[in-house]
Amino acid sequence: MSDIFEYAPAPESRDVVDIRPSYGLFVNGEWIDSLGDERHKTLNPATEEALAEFSYATPADVDRAVDAARKAYDSVWGRMPGRERAKYLFRIARIVQERARELAVLESLDNGKPIRESRDVDLPLVAAHFFYYAGWADKLRHAGLGEDPRPLGVAAQIIPWNFPLLMLAWKIAPALACGNTVVLKPAETTPLTALAFAEICRQADLPPGVVNIVTGAGETGQALAGHEGVDKVAFTGSTEVGRLIARSVAGTRKKLTLELGGKAANIVFDDAALDQAVEGIVNGIFFNQGHVCCAGSRLLVQESVEDELLAALKRRLATLRLGDPLDKNTDIGAVNSAAQLDRIRELSDAGEAEGAQRWSPPCALPDKGFWFPPTLFTGVAQSHRIAREEIFGPVLSVLTFRTPAEAVEKANNTPYGLSAGVWTEKGSRILWMADRLRAGVVWANTFNKFDPTSPFGGYKESGYGREGGRHGLEAYLDV
Amino acid sequence: MSTPTTSLTEVASSGATLRAFLHGLPGVDRVGADQRAATLGTRSIKTTAKAKAIDLAISMVDLTTLEGADTPGKVRAMCAKAVRPDPADASVPKVAAVCVYPDLVPHAVEALRGTGVRVASVATGFPSGRTSLAVKVDDTALAVASGADEIDMVIDRGAFLAGDYLTVYEQIVAVKAACARKDGEDAHLKVILETGELVTYDNVRRASWLAMVAGADFIKTSTGKVAPAATLPVTLVMLEAVRDFRDRTGRMVGVKPAGGIRTTKDAIKNLVLVNETAGPDWLTAEWFRLGASSLLNDLLMQRTKLTTGHYAGPDYFTLD
Repeated sequence: MSDIFEYAPAPESRDVVDIRPSYGLFVNGEWIDSLGDERHKTLNPATEEALAEFSYATPADVDRAVDAARKAYDSVWGRMPGRERAKYLFRIARIVQERARELAVLESLDNGKPIRESRDVDLPLVAAHFFYYAGWADKLRHAGLGEDPRPLGVAAQIIPWNFPLLMLAWKIAPALACGNTVVLKPAETTPLTALAFAEICRQADLPPGVVNIVTGAGETGQALAGHEGVDKVAFTGSTEVGRLIARSVAGTRKKLTLELGGKAANIVFDDAALDQAVEGIVNGIFFNQGHVCCAGSRLLVQESVEDELLAALKRRLATLRLGDPLDKNTDIGAVNSAAQLDRIRELSDAGEAEGAQRWSPPCALPDKGFWFPPTLFTGVAQSHRIAREEIFGPVLSVLTFRTPAEAVEKANNTPYGLSAGVWTEKGSRILWMADRLRAGVVWANTFNKFDPTSPFGGYKESGYGREGGRHGLEAYLDV
Repeated sequence: MSTPTTSLTEVASSGATLRAFLHGLPGVDRVGADQRAATLGTRSIKTTAKAKAIDLAISMVDLTTLEGADTPGKVRAMCAKAVRPDPADASVPKVAAVCVYPDLVPHAVEALRGTGVRVASVATGFPSGRTSLAVKVDDTALAVASGADEIDMVIDRGAFLAGDYLTVYEQIVAVKAACARKDGEDAHLKVILETGELVTYDNVRRASWLAMVAGADFIKTSTGKVAPAATLPVTLVMLEAVRDFRDRTGRMVGVKPAGGIRTTKDAIKNLVLVNETAGPDWLTAEWFRLGASSLLNDLLMQRTKLTTGHYAGPDYFTLD
């Protein structure tokens, strides 16, 4: 009887995507070859199979892309009325919806995230961001940012590998709505959906040069952020790289927004709705294999319910299904790269060495690919590395507290400040906590919820500036 | 919840202790519960898993007719269908039980003798329950004396919503006592919470615990006469309750969603919910039932589709 719900595999078909063997750069509405000859392969992290070859753009390539963006800004996009720009953005949003299945499969292939998440979370949000900012394009004067806010010019945008297409949407949609043109560099492990987006720009008849996509790694990013022809730099990624970019931009006229790491506290009080808190903890840290900058990687649980909550959490973790990202029943997919897997392993080992207790549910890992089981550490102290450093993987550190004040103190005792979660049935306590938590987003009785209308961004080493919502326009306007 | 076999009898020693206990249960966040049920509803059950799920679902059906117009003839026809759901295919399992009003129990008992299909009867002033305890007990005794294996009782929602938990508790205890049969066995008691009238998920959780503490063998969502009936989140909350109750007492209680489950898809979603909430121990007709009348034919239709590759029209399945 027990094998009834060995759910038979339900893989999403790969046939809906058409991956070319090799990609160039997308500049001025055309595919061009890189002037350099450094080319790399992007892997499917679940199988280590090479998916396609792409270029590492050289500084000269970046020059060409920035020039194209400048020309498009001066001649077409910067002077186009907002209502006309809106039409393009609406068109892009609709094409994204029409091609959602294909894009979701492509994202899961290249990134390793479960199709359930790329299909049900990423793609709907990508479309929603374009729809939302399309609505703003002709209403910028009503955004509360001055009488006649003007675009900045050319935006250099560098995005990470955890939500490749969603981060692209977060960057490109507001930039275009405000009248800027962009040069975007996707992460070197996940370039495919950005390259597919280039095709969407052509399909939408976007004027050449408004969106340019250059692929590559750190050096390409450096050339782009440091390029004297750009007016704005937007970066999402690690705090370490964020610091480098901040240094390179300092003293120039460029505007900068940074969205960096996090070590969010997910705070559970003893009166919380327990079953839903467990779901929120799972969603907070195991969503997207924990590759989420606002992941709830520190669980702060009130001491009086620690045993009960941990028992419920362990029981729930045992039901998580790890495996083929394209299977619709998979909850946890592959870690994005070998390098990231090494980092997760290193920090987890450090957790054990420092004396925290490690626990994972019984969980078979596939032979090939990059995998890490859902893991939780109990007996964690604030001074442990696993409580301080961002792991960016499916690893939860459990700490305890006794009073609300102690919870706030511990939650804020971190170099980061991107997000926090509070679980309690008491409304007044939620408000009291939200006032005191130093985090850009505070979720109450939920976690990892995103919406284009809601601003997102952090304090301290989690960066500065806001993306999303009305506030997100400010980063792309001269106000 | 981590202390198994703790006795819960003292919680009902007074109205105040019972109230304190029920209100001390962890709350249920509606948004979160709805979301969890919706997520589990996206599990994709295909091929072999689907074939097994369909047969399991058929074996869990309580085939039900609860109309004022019911006749002995209709009940006999339904019993025939319960034993042999698909005349064209002997490999289809029998359903778990047929469920009828108390006065029709003798006809069902006769038609089902020796088949293994159980007879369930709604008693206690079904569906509103607005009658005296004496009548409810008599109603139950009549059904049990007529040979019913299972009694589906309704709780007094008025008393529950008024906060008079002790009255509800005592009525369940009394009806449970009336389930005793002459042969020394008990008829199984299924307690219907009528969750559509309890409205909040907190109430659903409290009513579930109240029924279990009072001795229910099964907790059941609805009479089928009130909308909304068995929604997925309500079933989820009840499954969490039986799971936590077993952790605490060691005793297993069954769950029966009833009303509004019409399609194979709905049935499979329920099975996924059981599997991932209470666990596979509950995935048998002994611990999980589907109260339904029109579900069976859809299950049969989907089963035929899986074996033949074609959809047959509704006329290929019997109406009873």
